[in-house]
Amino acid sequence: MRTIFEYPSHERSDGLFPEPDVPTAGLERLIGDGLLRTDRPRIPDLSEPTVARHYTALSKLNYGVEDGFYPLGSCTMKYNPKVNETVARHPGLAHLHPLADAETAQGTLAFLHHLAELLGGIAGLPGVSLQPVAGAHGELTGMFLFKKHFEVRGETERRRILLPDSAHGTNPASAAVAGFSVTQVPSDDRGLIDLEGLERELDGTIAGVMLTVPNTLGLFERDILAVTEKVHAAGGLCYFDGANLNSFLGRARPGDMGADVFHFNLHKTLSTPHGGGGPGAGPIAVSEPLVDYLPVPRIERDGDRYVFDWDPPDSIGSVHSFYGNVLVAVRAYAYLLQLGDEGLRAVAEDAVLNANYLQARLKSTYPLPYDRLCKHEFVLSGANLAEGISTLDVAKRLIDYGIHPPTIYFPLIVREALMIEPTETEGKETLDRFADVMERIAVEARDEPELLHEAPHRAPVRRLDQARAARNPVLRYPFDELS
Amino acid sequence: MGYPVEYRYTRDHEWISVEGNVARIGITDHAQSELGDIVFVELPSVGSAVRTGEILATVESVKAVGDVNAPFEGTVREVNEALESAPETINAAPHADGWIVAIEIADPSAVDDLLDAAAYEALLSDG
Amino acid sequence: MRYLSHSDADRREMLASIGVASIDELFADIPAAVTDRFRPLGLKGRSEQEVVSTLADSAGRNSAADAVCFAGGGVYDHYAPSLVDHVLLRSEFFTAYTPYQPEVSQGTLTAMFEFQTMICELTGMDVANASLYDGATAVAEAALMAERLKHRGRIAAAGSLFANVRRVLGTYCWASGIEIVDLPHRPSGVCDLSDVPEDVAAIVLQSPNAFGVIEPLDGVKERIGDALLIVSANPISLGVLEPPGAFDADIVVGEGQPLGLPMAYGGPLLGLFASKTEYLRQIPGRVSGRTVDVDGSVGYTMAAQTREQHIRRERATSNICTNSALCALAATVYLATIGAGGLRRVAELCAEKAHYLADRIAALDGFDLPFSGAFFNEFVVRVPGDASALHRRLLDAGYLADSPDAVRAFGVENALRIAVTERRSREELDRFVDQLGGAR
Repeated sequence: MRTIFEYPSHERSDGLFPEPDVPTAGLERLIGDGLLRTDRPRIPDLSEPTVARHYTALSKLNYGVEDGFYPLGSCTMKYNPKVNETVARHPGLAHLHPLADAETAQGTLAFLHHLAELLGGIAGLPGVSLQPVAGAHGELTGMFLFKKHFEVRGETERRRILLPDSAHGTNPASAAVAGFSVTQVPSDDRGLIDLEGLERELDGTIAGVMLTVPNTLGLFERDILAVTEKVHAAGGLCYFDGANLNSFLGRARPGDMGADVFHFNLHKTLSTPHGGGGPGAGPIAVSEPLVDYLPVPRIERDGDRYVFDWDPPDSIGSVHSFYGNVLVAVRAYAYLLQLGDEGLRAVAEDAVLNANYLQARLKSTYPLPYDRLCKHEFVLSGANLAEGISTLDVAKRLIDYGIHPPTIYFPLIVREALMIEPTETEGKETLDRFADVMERIAVEARDEPELLHEAPHRAPVRRLDQARAARNPVLRYPFDELS
Repeated sequence: MGYPVEYRYTRDHEWISVEGNVARIGITDHAQSELGDIVFVELPSVGSAVRTGEILATVESVKAVGDVNAPFEGTVREVNEALESAPETINAAPHADGWIVAIEIADPSAVDDLLDAAAYEALLSDG
Repeated sequence: MRYLSHSDADRREMLASIGVASIDELFADIPAAVTDRFRPLGLKGRSEQEVVSTLADSAGRNSAADAVCFAGGGVYDHYAPSLVDHVLLRSEFFTAYTPYQPEVSQGTLTAMFEFQTMICELTGMDVANASLYDGATAVAEAALMAERLKHRGRIAAAGSLFANVRRVLGTYCWASGIEIVDLPHRPSGVCDLSDVPEDVAAIVLQSPNAFGVIEPLDGVKERIGDALLIVSANPISLGVLEPPGAFDADIVVGEGQPLGLPMAYGGPLLGLFASKTEYLRQIPGRVSGRTVDVDGSVGYTMAAQTREQHIRRERATSNICTNSALCALAATVYLATIGAGGLRRVAELCAEKAHYLADRIAALDGFDLPFSGAFFNEFVVRVPGDASALHRRLLDAGYLADSPDAVRAFGVENALRIAVTERRSREELDRFVDQLGGAR
């Protein structure tokens, strides 16, 4: 598959933009020679049909949720409702400059305010900011709030964040960017946080804990109230990573579990599309003590108008250019309006039902390190299927059956991990087929291992040489080498 | 591949070979096999001082990063510059040409406190 | 609940398969003390038709969406060719996950590689990542990277960064313990670099800056010792301006919204990030790299992943995971559709129209342009009478310019900042001048 730089250049008159309708003076006069570009960027000039065909061809090399099952654990690859795309493209919402006066953007401010209320209601927490634009961004903002909280209280020796060994990589990374050090707390043999191990760490240097609930094994922390009580008693705060919210919508609220900061992944739980890596949105909900520190500007209601509040003196400042990913937020808003309370509850029910169904079907074929009812996802191991077969081989073989591989090698506490999250939008037929294919691959692993080792056989490219990409990085088109 | 009996080993899968007051350090065959194809090695500067337990070098594969920690206090005498253009040498010859750093140490006898080949192999089979 | 795919019979069968009697049993692990406290939202679900209608009403209450837009500050009202959105709407692109399984993500990875290449071409730099969240966090990430490389605890930043960019930079630097020294500007509007502190990790400039003035970069790198030169650039301006890479900049960042993205009330946006090759191991964010598969066919995969959070965790170069991939795809398709020739044309139209408008406004009684530095498509005008009242009158007449607060923050009183893009027709420009001229 060619890149866009490998087509014969097409001298064509530009029909996209009109001729200048003002008298022109020439940029040499207006701006001055010294500032002007002398070379021409090597961006090709092509006809529209050529460009259209190229990107259509590229799209066919991809695999989206409409192409089939996408059981990526912790990613919640549920169906993305197309009405979301319709509303997000309304010119009245999209053609709106962020510096327009609040008075002239009342429609958007109203729905943003309402969305914040709904998210606060789901979280069971009083303060909400829509500014963070990704889960990791929400985590970072939360860590900034922690820092501010302890700074205001003069407790700057509180520099340690505790997190379980099953934590997602963004958790320690976010803590570190905010200037905290991280201490890992091991999981016990139930796969849950080891309370004693946690208690041993609770001293005056603790800023708090970062947890994912349920955890990345898909297991709910039964001792969650004890955990948060102990951390609070030790003077710390509790951050909850909301990646797994899909599992308890309509039944439980993080605020009731002792969370001080909870982030949403709108591009997971609330159906906004993943986009090949974003844009997402990671709004946060916070407990009362942290409300004053939330980013500015806040969107406040003043009678029947909506206004920006830039005043909060103890705010951490801003973490985004403007107000967060507004057009991502509108998609989540449309989803919430469609679902309502009943719909949210039904989502979690089918998500958890689907995961347990698959777990029950697969556990006799693949090792299941934590053999208990799970929530919306579960972790199998690809170890010991057959000599020399790894989880990577299983993943690549799934591609030959037209199924996107699950999350692999995460969480780190399970060897050769395969994390499977079906989500609620999958039907029984899809789940049964997936289980059938997984069982078949387990047989192939024993009887025809080369099929796995050399997979994928039926994909746009075969297995790629990762070491070569890493050793000699070629990160842009090598124009000079090919002339 | 066997583990040379004249070397000493750490629980973090480093090997150490001492000549006089210079300790040559690398990662073991087990470590390179766990990491996979090695693509980059970050080496310290010659002359820098290190304390016990500090990160001496990092070894990167496509999917993981391994730290090489200083088993004792010392000063970096030599680094294996060949690894800059051929990091895969560590995969091919982890105990020989794939050596990483040589440090001058104050107390060569501290080496005796480390694991010998038999103890290291026992550690691996306990897994 | 149309998005669920089970019948009740399915559910019964599945429960039996699992070996439980009811769905509630699957939630028994959530402590009763927690579930007892649960409160619903009090929200009743609506039909798709009603939701579309509700949001159309919301859209109807955004009068600024219909205004003739002269607002700027990093986000501009440019024309996006129709093809861009059609590509974005292919579900293989917009519903796909991050390309961790490269064999089924060659669409995304190839487009990322193209994007990286185009950004390198525009900025004159060696390596670009596949996007950050927005231009403001891109500046912040650049500052953090400079600090990782230089360990000075201080950076110097032009006082003429956009106010929102400076605010985000301020938040990130506060959290990392990095002090920011703000540099003053000269009367012409360019940054005053005569007294740059010596022990800083980086100097951060924006070009064009918050006054719309183009920062002359010639000789700057030579004058700042071993501090890194970080420049935040408007990508459309790079169609005609000499890029920061030509002046030995170390890191170039920017807000990519002008490249085919709607204004979106400020989000999603597109953070651009490019640097010299020697800093590759320190750059934040994802990069797509070229390689081959077992048959020798060219393919693309995520490269240098050991910098990233999923491997390095607390020692990662950034915590970023999800970025702005689909927006980067939009920018790639935008640039491919208009081509280098089209980009030059857009930039020329912006500059010519902006200068035409500036000249006509400056000729009005009581109006002047306080900054003499060369500008691209954005400029500041001092106005007679009360600028806020004028801003209000313009709004009422259907014209949106940046509020006077945008430049008051920089000590420029009674002024408006005005941006002009290729979308502003001569008629709109002339009528705008008439509006201003009728003001007293």
